[in-house]
Amino acid sequence: MSTQQEQGGRTIRCLIAKVGLDGHDRGAHVIARAFRDAGFEVIYSGLHRAPDEIVQAAVQEDVDVLGISILSGAHNTLVPKIVSGLEEYGAFEDTLLLLGGIVPDEDRAELKELGVAEIFGPGTPMEETIEFVAENAPANR
Amino acid sequence: MTSADREIETDTDDSEHAELVAELLDGRHRALARVITKIENRAPGYREIVSRLHEHTGSASVVGITGSPGAGKSTLVDKLAKAYRDRGETVGVIAVDPSSPYTGGAVLGDRIRMASNVGDMEVFFRSMSARGSLGGLSTATSDAVKALDAFGKDRVIVETVGAGQNEVDVVKTAETVCVLVQPGSGDDVQMLKAGILEIGDVFVVNKADMDGAQQTVAELEEMLHMRDEPTGGLQMGHHGPLSDGPGGASSNGTGDAGATEAGASETATGGSEDDGWEPEVLETVATDGTGVETLIETVGQHRDYLVESGDLDAHARTRYAEEIRQHLRADTAALLEEELVARGGVDTLAERVFARKTDPYTVADEIVGPLADCLRREE
Repeated sequence: MSTQQEQGGRTIRCLIAKVGLDGHDRGAHVIARAFRDAGFEVIYSGLHRAPDEIVQAAVQEDVDVLGISILSGAHNTLVPKIVSGLEEYGAFEDTLLLLGGIVPDEDRAELKELGVAEIFGPGTPMEETIEFVAENAPANR
Repeated sequence: MTSADREIETDTDDSEHAELVAELLDGRHRALARVITKIENRAPGYREIVSRLHEHTGSASVVGITGSPGAGKSTLVDKLAKAYRDRGETVGVIAVDPSSPYTGGAVLGDRIRMASNVGDMEVFFRSMSARGSLGGLSTATSDAVKALDAFGKDRVIVETVGAGQNEVDVVKTAETVCVLVQPGSGDDVQMLKAGILEIGDVFVVNKADMDGAQQTVAELEEMLHMRDEPTGGLQMGHHGPLSDGPGGASSNGTGDAGATEAGASETATGGSEDDGWEPEVLETVATDGTGVETLIETVGQHRDYLVESGDLDAHARTRYAEEIRQHLRADTAALLEEELVARGGVDTLAERVFARKTDPYTVADEIVGPLADCLRREE
């Protein structure tokens, strides 16, 4: 509720996306639920999505936040495809791109360079993620 | 779209809205998505945008899908969208899901079922949350349908949980309403009694491969036939005033009895003198697509019926009349809310009523009085 009011009554919309072959979505479920309870509207992609599908969903749903969960280690392949897809539809600039899951430290700099706003690894307190979204979600739509 | 364009979007001048509308009409998905966001948020200028879109609407055919949670609505919508795409038509989907009345948060899960249309941008799927406390869900939905219509979608599907008056109002924005029922649960049929039976043009027993499907079909047939019997008609009368208030003339046929004189003669089976469309009960298995073609044909037949009988236009006029009334109600309510604040807030007034210094009617008269005087003076 408070996060909504900070945004001037505007509801933050998030897409929680599972991309690629990894089939573990417990983390994505937990995040989706926590976001919901924080007053966000959450769209969950379902498992095994291709980058194109994620882009389609993010564009059509006009989400403020795209949270990608990858546990398979394929982030260096999948994330760039999503970024360029979003750019193609003019949706990259005002979408807050987050990454969650297993991402080795040495990959982080490059991913952030690419446009990922933040990377949340295992054990990140839920409040930290929610706060980050509330503070950084693009406003004024 | 460049980043410079996006900066302009943050301020709200006319040219920006005109540009957004132009982009939408030009077929830009991003613009369509952004317009729907503005409609949902009631962002500054959304009314102007919808006003600009209105003249470009009227070509899409709108199907409403409603039913209890788990009946298979999203899966069926997916298959319907696929079937329309196979016929070369473009499709827009608005899927409404409930939101928490406490936090406003929601998990919008309908999109997961859209497995047949992934990567096909000609299917524009949009999840909307009920955003309960604000009300006006039906306004937001019908505005979003207009956006899809103006964008050029041939078919628009509106999907909603059939749980209350709000949802019934939403689904009424559709020309053809399909009510989805799953087999073997008497509760569903109970639910139907509470107002949804009257709005269905087509009834679909989904998961028809499950036990009890035939019985559910039989139960539905029986209930639908009750509508035609004299006693059934009396029961309808009870529902009438409830659904009749805001634009409910569609089910309670007395309002448009005159319009259907031509089509009424061909209804050999039914005794319904004022409504020539006999609701059909179909069976589908949405997961494997069984029965979807029949459903599409029936929806098509219903639309043909609406066109031939003149009901299509009549319903559209009823809908617009209701939209006008709804806007007036919302706008005057907002004006009066301002006035309440100017008078020290509703709590202060309530306190005076509580102290027996005044009463609610007098307070209302005092506040509305100047408005009434003003309006009557104009003439």
